Amino acid sequence: MKLITAIIKPFKLDDVREALSEIGVAGVTATEVKGFGRQKGHTELYRGAEYVVDFLPKVKLEIAVADSVVELAVETIVKAANTGKIGDGKIFISSLEQVIRIRTGETGEDAI
Amino acid sequence: MWTLNKKIALGLGLLLPQWVMAAELNAANTAWVLTSTALVLFMTLPGLSLFYGGLVRSKNVLSILMQCFSITCLVSILWLAGIYSLIFSEGGNWQAIIGGLSKCFIPQMTIQNLTGDIPEAAFFMFQLTFAIITPALIVGAFAERMKFSSMLWFSGLWLILVYMPICHWIWGGGWLQSLGVRDFAGGIVIHVNAGIAALVSALVLGRRKGFPTVSMPPHNMTMVVTGAGMLWVGWFGFNAGSALKADGSAAMTLLVTHIAAASGSLVWMIIEWRRFKRPSVLGIATGMVAGLGTITPASGFVGPLGGLIIGGLAGGVCFYATQYIKRVLVIDDSLDVFPVHGVGGIMGSLLTAIFSDRSLGGIGLDEGITIGHQLGVQALAVIITIIWSGIFSYLILIAINKMLGLRVTQDEEVEGLDIVLHEETGYHKLN
Repeated sequence: MKLITAIIKPFKLDDVREALSEIGVAGVTATEVKGFGRQKGHTELYRGAEYVVDFLPKVKLEIAVADSVVELAVETIVKAANTGKIGDGKIFISSLEQVIRIRTGETGEDAI
Repeated sequence: MWTLNKKIALGLGLLLPQWVMAAELNAANTAWVLTSTALVLFMTLPGLSLFYGGLVRSKNVLSILMQCFSITCLVSILWLAGIYSLIFSEGGNWQAIIGGLSKCFIPQMTIQNLTGDIPEAAFFMFQLTFAIITPALIVGAFAERMKFSSMLWFSGLWLILVYMPICHWIWGGGWLQSLGVRDFAGGIVIHVNAGIAALVSALVLGRRKGFPTVSMPPHNMTMVVTGAGMLWVGWFGFNAGSALKADGSAAMTLLVTHIAAASGSLVWMIIEWRRFKRPSVLGIATGMVAGLGTITPASGFVGPLGGLIIGGLAGGVCFYATQYIKRVLVIDDSLDVFPVHGVGGIMGSLLTAIFSDRSLGGIGLDEGITIGHQLGVQALAVIITIIWSGIFSYLILIAINKMLGLRVTQDEEVEGLDIVLHEETGYHKLN
């Protein structure tokens, strides 16, 4: 099993969620986060006082999937979240030791 | 306020203070003054509270709301105890300087008592709402760093030592009123007065930790704009209620007020748009406050043209004043009280002399009075207010600093006033 962590542009959240539903991914956790990468920040002006905003708002998705689904899921996210412009985000994949469904106590891929 | 005194004075051929009672109650005037009273209190609670509350960082939002709320309560009690009396009751031999003590706790007030042709209770309450918003305006200057106890002491003492005499001199039958100063709804009494106190507070307390290098953007702009909208609406009561009459003058005052707000907003927006490439929401809202503060002294004396020009000038001059104070002088008047209210109030009070003239669409100056003479009287009242408010605000702050200290510690400032002073937070992320 793998844990896919995807950082995407906030307005792409609905597109990504729909695309993932279509390929049968059953659960996603989304968090509003802030960060910076190559896109860097921007400036904001309040009554002429300039503030450099280093951290931009992004959405972080966490998706646990079976090994067999990883490739398709990543492909789907990349396609749905891509705008071609700087700041589209990143995907991290890490191995997942165990998954437990709290209600039933099921473990492993049955719990995904 | 001005009109009432003046009309009575003209009727009797001499200047008498407004406790002279007309025989009959006028229901229309009473209804409008009661409505205006609600509108002006609405400017502080919740208008100014939201406007200021949104402008600070989220860790200090409650401290601002608490300051506005507690000032409302404190001023109300002091007003009943004696401030109202010392401003608006007859001062005998001392009338030029200060009123009397006969109306402390207003023991003789009944529902039959009249001020002019409205109940004295309505007059008492209407005037109280002005006394509330004036110290509340000042909190913007020392936001995010002042101790709550010191803020209460400052507001109370400032009301007694600064607001009370200035208000008596200009509206309560004092010496500046006798000279014929024109301050329709508080350009001098409220905006110059509070603006100068704000500047002095910002200088005495010093900058917030990190200013101007650390980013301190408004934490909630929707709250700011909501509050600004409430201020605009409430200002109708502030200005158009100040004639204490429901008549053509009140309607014209309302119109002039509205036009000044609109033109101040647009001018500020356009300047920002040209200079910074974007028209900001905070900019248009601030231009509105500048337009309204500046038209306040003139609102009952000038015509729509006066409103348009005074409001527009406010949008421009207050914009540059804000830049100058913040960027050139690097004074941390945190929510820009002085450049908006102080500078606007000074400008509006002087322009009142000019745009009162009939040739510029105003209601006209008093007989035999030239624009130059009126300008001189206006300037005198402004300068006296600047000096008095400046000196006494400074002395009060220094005294409180000696006894209690004015600021929270640096660590407390970093943690935020909400949790440190009130053991509460404005926003709970997990419920």
